[in-house]
Amino acid sequence: MSDAKQLTAAQRADLRTVAAMIVPASDEYKVPGADDAAIQADMLATLGRDTALVAQALDHLADLAGKPLAELDDAGRDAVAQEFRSRGGAAAATLVRVVLQCYYRDDRVLRSLGLELRAPFPKGHVLPDGDWSLLDPVKARGGTLRRVP
Amino acid sequence: MKNDPVDVLIIGAGASGAAVAWSLADTKMHILCLDQGGWMNPAEYPSTGRDWEAKFYGEWSSSPNIRKRPEDYPINDDNSPIKVVNFNAVGGSTVMYTAHWPRLHPSDFKVKTLDGVADDWPIDYDALTPFFEENDRMMGVSGLSGDPLSPLSHPPMPQQPLGLSGPLIGTAMNKLGWHWWPSDTTVATMDYEGRARCINLGHCTPACAQGAKASTDITYWPHAIRAGVELRTHCRVREILTNKDGMASGVVYYDKDGVEQFQPAEVVIIACNGVGTPRLLLNSVSGKFPNGLANSSGLVGKNLMFHPYAQVYGFVKEPTDSNRAPPTCLWSKEFYDTDLSRGFVRGYGIQFGRGAGPVFEAVASEQKGILPWGRDHHRVFRKLNGHRLAVSAICEDLPEEHNRVTLDPVLKDSHGIPAPKIDYTISANSRKMMDHGLARGREILEAAGATDICINDPIPWGGWHLLGTARMGTDPARSVVNEWGRSHDVKNLFIVDGSIFVTSGGVNPTSTIQALALYIADQMKQRLANLFD
Repeated sequence: MSDAKQLTAAQRADLRTVAAMIVPASDEYKVPGADDAAIQADMLATLGRDTALVAQALDHLADLAGKPLAELDDAGRDAVAQEFRSRGGAAAATLVRVVLQCYYRDDRVLRSLGLELRAPFPKGHVLPDGDWSLLDPVKARGGTLRRVP
Repeated sequence: MKNDPVDVLIIGAGASGAAVAWSLADTKMHILCLDQGGWMNPAEYPSTGRDWEAKFYGEWSSSPNIRKRPEDYPINDDNSPIKVVNFNAVGGSTVMYTAHWPRLHPSDFKVKTLDGVADDWPIDYDALTPFFEENDRMMGVSGLSGDPLSPLSHPPMPQQPLGLSGPLIGTAMNKLGWHWWPSDTTVATMDYEGRARCINLGHCTPACAQGAKASTDITYWPHAIRAGVELRTHCRVREILTNKDGMASGVVYYDKDGVEQFQPAEVVIIACNGVGTPRLLLNSVSGKFPNGLANSSGLVGKNLMFHPYAQVYGFVKEPTDSNRAPPTCLWSKEFYDTDLSRGFVRGYGIQFGRGAGPVFEAVASEQKGILPWGRDHHRVFRKLNGHRLAVSAICEDLPEEHNRVTLDPVLKDSHGIPAPKIDYTISANSRKMMDHGLARGREILEAAGATDICINDPIPWGGWHLLGTARMGTDPARSVVNEWGRSHDVKNLFIVDGSIFVTSGGVNPTSTIQALALYIADQMKQRLANLFD
């Protein structure tokens, strides 16, 4: 298991490849893949406390692939992905989470989803009050608390 | 180092410690509170940053074992399907909670009498009624009075909006003919006592940057400090010492610089909740108390009750509130009371979830296998994101002595103090209750038109409610504290947190914990002349 503070060049290459396997670019939705350079840079810059587990997951991927992931054909990658997802444990889950948490805060991705490019504070959000007449049947039905001797 | 003695020493500045400190302040006694955490800075809360969701998996995780802030202590919960979650700071876990605010029902105090299981409490609901009301005013509660299936409350602020998710849930529940009601919450829906109203920052569980969600650092503590209570932060108590008469003489703690200190006190009040309190008592061993302090019954640490959460969620065609609202707004008590035809005794409350943010949705759905890798990822994600509804059955756990908190023989915190170890299994009764809740949750979601239904059974990181490990009672052989919170064994030692619960009810406990703390403070004030008799 790798316990390096930073990922090696080979690990970074596999991270790029597996990120694109998880979330590929899409012309239809006009979004980059998770292998996009800016998203990859975000992942590497914010790995922090996840570094060791992500490195462990990438080592596991490398073992499964037997060579750089990018050199596998589609069928080979699918087989590796299946094995990785089913048996990768906490390390695999961490790697996938790191990919997704960086992907789903990218401006281009959020814009495609129709979400605002901002922190929740200080603007917040506005909620509709909703139709409170929905509560009328509950009021009409009534009820009582369980009696206590 | 030895400090000047104080009249009252409170350990823990969370939900119950803050309430008892505020209530006792009018005695003008010298009151000191020690907390292992510090004051939080709302400007640093997750919702102030674009990476707000990512923080939930790291420094703002609900699990101290993941979060690992210097103020946290480790907990060995490997032998439990439900993991302990908490927060350690001024305000305690009220900094990090959903603000869902039900009370125990009157029937919850008479479980043995009504259903022949567990034990009755030594007090009844009526004893707590004025303190529920006082606490609701102090914490600032919003809600709609008049729920036919909940104890009468008088929230000082109107209920939260239904938003987008509420009508979907309400319509589904009406189709089924089942009870639902807007939940009482400690989210301010209008400006209240210096707190700004809720602006829907999103999931407010990991602290509210707006200050709309009540946490005791912004509710009780400013009042208590103005009234003269001293609060010393980053002070971790190692043990309570006793004198030759078997009375508590004070505590040994490590100050913010890690220096060991002795703080003498006339009265010691523990407010560390259902894991921290037994940990402290079990760490307070002496010749007179070889099995831990206040433990002549052998029950310190035993009878740990979580609320096992059986959660069902699914995805509707209509947009839901997602991360644009407080996480809960409605509850149901349809299955709260015992109905033996269901195959189990006691019951559960239901709390409804409004939705999730995009990162949470992506991570959770990938883990469940409903969000694929590859080309179809984008199409499926757009179907899921912003369309989630959740139904959680919060099941009443009954006390069982084998569910317990002990001291881990190896694991220690950063000060070398033995850490707690949890041994817990879900009982057969709770299991049946959870299965019932899952089935009803599925019916509710199907009535709402949801698809892709998933379950969390139990919610693994759902050990919020830490109850029963130093229970109340009138019999010293069967309880740790008496009916007003005083230790049977040590007459100047009090416990005011969730550990004194006799049974757990089927609702979130913080409102009841604080009402109990205020009740015990009131009992102490009435007995000041003969408190130790």
